[in-house]
Amino acid sequence: MTAQSIALNRFGLGGRPDEAAPADPKAWLDAQLRSFEPRPAAIAAAPSRQEVAQQLADYFEEIRGMGGPAARRAQAIVPEARPRPQPAAMTSMAPMPGQEPAQAMAQMGGEKALNERIAGLPQSAQQFIRKAGRDYYLTSVAARTDAALTAPAPFVERLVHFWANHFAVSADKLVVIGLAGLLEFEAVRPNVLGRFEDMLLAVEQHPAMLLYLDQAQSVGPDSRLGGLAAMRGRKVGLNENLAREILELHTLGVRSGYSQADVTEFARVLTGWTVDGLGRGPGARLAGGGGAPGAFRFAEAIHQPGARNILGKSYDQPGIEQAKAVLHDLAASPATARHLATKLARHFVADDPPSALVDRLSAAYLRSGGDLPAVYRVLIDAPEAWNPAIAKFRTPWDWSVAALRAVGTRQLQGQAVAGLMTQLGQPVWRPGSPAGYDDIAASWAGPDALVRRVEAAERIASRAAGMVDARTLAPKIFPDSLSPATALALARAESPSQGLALLLASPEFLRR
Amino acid sequence: MFDRRFFLGSAGAAGSLLLACPSVALAKAATDRRFVFIIQRGAADGLATLAPVGDAAFAGLRGAFAEDAQSGTKLGSFFALHPALAETAKLYGAGEALLVHAIASPYRDRSHFDGQNVLETGAAGAYRLKDGWMNRLLGLLPQGEAKAIAVSATVPVALRGPHDVSSYAPSVLPSASDDLLARVGDLYARDAQLSPLWSEAMATRKLTGDLSGGGQNGAATGALAARLLAGDNGERVAFIETGGWDTHSGQRGRLAAQLKGLDALVASLKAGLGADWSNTLVLVATEFGRTAAINGTGGTDHGTASAAMLLGGAVKGGRVLADWPGLAPAALYENRDLRPTLDLDALIANALAQHYGLDLARIAATLFPEGQRPRPIDGLIRA
Repeated sequence: MTAQSIALNRFGLGGRPDEAAPADPKAWLDAQLRSFEPRPAAIAAAPSRQEVAQQLADYFEEIRGMGGPAARRAQAIVPEARPRPQPAAMTSMAPMPGQEPAQAMAQMGGEKALNERIAGLPQSAQQFIRKAGRDYYLTSVAARTDAALTAPAPFVERLVHFWANHFAVSADKLVVIGLAGLLEFEAVRPNVLGRFEDMLLAVEQHPAMLLYLDQAQSVGPDSRLGGLAAMRGRKVGLNENLAREILELHTLGVRSGYSQADVTEFARVLTGWTVDGLGRGPGARLAGGGGAPGAFRFAEAIHQPGARNILGKSYDQPGIEQAKAVLHDLAASPATARHLATKLARHFVADDPPSALVDRLSAAYLRSGGDLPAVYRVLIDAPEAWNPAIAKFRTPWDWSVAALRAVGTRQLQGQAVAGLMTQLGQPVWRPGSPAGYDDIAASWAGPDALVRRVEAAERIASRAAGMVDARTLAPKIFPDSLSPATALALARAESPSQGLALLLASPEFLRR
Repeated sequence: MFDRRFFLGSAGAAGSLLLACPSVALAKAATDRRFVFIIQRGAADGLATLAPVGDAAFAGLRGAFAEDAQSGTKLGSFFALHPALAETAKLYGAGEALLVHAIASPYRDRSHFDGQNVLETGAAGAYRLKDGWMNRLLGLLPQGEAKAIAVSATVPVALRGPHDVSSYAPSVLPSASDDLLARVGDLYARDAQLSPLWSEAMATRKLTGDLSGGGQNGAATGALAARLLAGDNGERVAFIETGGWDTHSGQRGRLAAQLKGLDALVASLKAGLGADWSNTLVLVATEFGRTAAINGTGGTDHGTASAAMLLGGAVKGGRVLADWPGLAPAALYENRDLRPTLDLDALIANALAQHYGLDLARIAATLFPEGQRPRPIDGLIRA
């Protein structure tokens, strides 16, 4: 690939027929670090946190009123709703002439899959989930897609997707369906060009993360509320989920030297970090009721008092400051620098990233105090990232965005995107685990996955046929980089639509 | 020697069609006529579809392909219908199929993209007109008859234009077409990562093309189109997509599957239309034909003239319409293709003029504004 093609595809999200290839690839990328728009119109129009959280609060209120087994079953939306459904069978993802493609995609991927997942729940829970899914999740998916399709800074949009996957929440846990997109919009986007520590803090205080990893319900045993509850014989206590994942996934990385004792201590530190306005009982008022639904709240009443020792350092700060101090140190740790540098290098260069590049990225991170643009600039300057050989296999999201951009799509309904992504095996904000989606070819380049892409290519092409000619489009998308084999296949295609499908399915399009 | 210009008919009437002048059909009731265009994207091989077995050069050019022609339905002594077209042969026997040979649009190069654009726009060259001739046809029809639908996900070029049309296709259509899968396989052949993955996928996957699959997909498409067209409230004009005709290799099996699908499509269209079939005109046409000779990979390459069909209860069929140019080397177009001797645009204009009782010159000027005034070809539609 030429440098132009690398800038468009490896760094960016793929070319568009209505956009010229960058004359100076490096300058084009660098300029995006200044021109990124954290809150473009599409994102600003997404449902507000307050609205989503209010619906959740109302639902919690409703099931509290039920009592007994009904409430317990309705509570089923809180624990994990596993296993992740397999993508729809091959035959059912066939093109959907006639129906609006969006509609058909939604049936296959979005709503049908959702209906199967919630079939055993009580009516009220099903209603909650349907509304959250339709009004909030799908709207957010559409907003994310719109930004990806038309954003003036596609390199930074890619970084947003990268960080959102790094800090993955999964709508598999139905309680976060409506909030998942907001984590990306509110915590990742505003900080993607800032310091990592700020993004970390914004993420760990976001209701989506606090609910997804059970932090909102974690109570210090020796806190005021913990003591009261114990006296009444109620079982409340510590939940280590978020503490562990912060260490393992968000910052230091797995097997980087922390112990179980560190996890437990960190969990104690984090008690009191909860979500406001979701509960209305007396306990909830003590813990953090009454405020705006969905707002972050530090609830002193459930915070485990006392100094804590983590990774050999003592933290004796009061209240909320204690966890902030730990997060500050975690963000500044060389292990975190290495963990993040490895993931970035893997995303932009190779599944097995070259260690020299990881070293340089890591050093830039530490030198700059975790200033992300400083790290991105090392990436832009890295010869490894401009290797003409194409090493990365596009994930389904990457491929879909590139395909839609290539055919000139500017907007797509959320259900169309959700359906497509489910069929391709990478439903948006639904990785099924807090580790997020894999970023290596082995996870995506399978026989069946390949056929699904070809089928999706045919479908996308059939919608765009007549609007774009693959023969003139291809050199725009891959400036001076189209393989002779692909060029020949396009020239020999039996119809404009087939030519477009072949371009989208071509080896160069499957990779970046 | 025989007269190169002839009708071959079940009635045995061999005469010069182009000179025959029966009276123009009178317009029927304003709202019961149906017109369906089945496009064959990819350049269907007319010489295999309607084999000129009586041409002395045919067997030599076609080698093993000629065996198929031998087992097909003989239409007189000169032509044979491909054996996969059994239902079409029945229509022919019932006088409801008029088969046309050595016919081509004005397009004379060999690009699918450009050729289909000419076939659909009705222009004299590619990308000269934006609208399709089927859309312009709607402007000539009474209001009740100007209702058109494309049986496809999107509105094809042929139906694009100022008049509103709809599109509809089944929710469960075959997944990626055989032809696309085959081409993708070629594209991945030298890719160390993709090639083994693709081989594995194809080995475990039952292929279902848009017309293959034992004709089931074709039958489903035909039945769907019939549902859309049948009855007083049905659509009056329809466009049906078929692809997979670009048989550069392994043509015998692939084309047989394609034709079987087309045959099933037409049969189920007829069955589904019921009484409306008697007022229906179906046009089957492709952007151009294929080489007269077989290539090195058991297929044929892009050519020029091909075959077309007019089917339906409204058609005065049971005949082959051709001004046969011959397959001797000197007779071939550019020494390789069947030479066009009939103009597809003229056939369409004449058939529609008679079907709708419209003036030929007016319909030709509207549908094919860049073409010459067509010669009348009378007697295509039942009076």
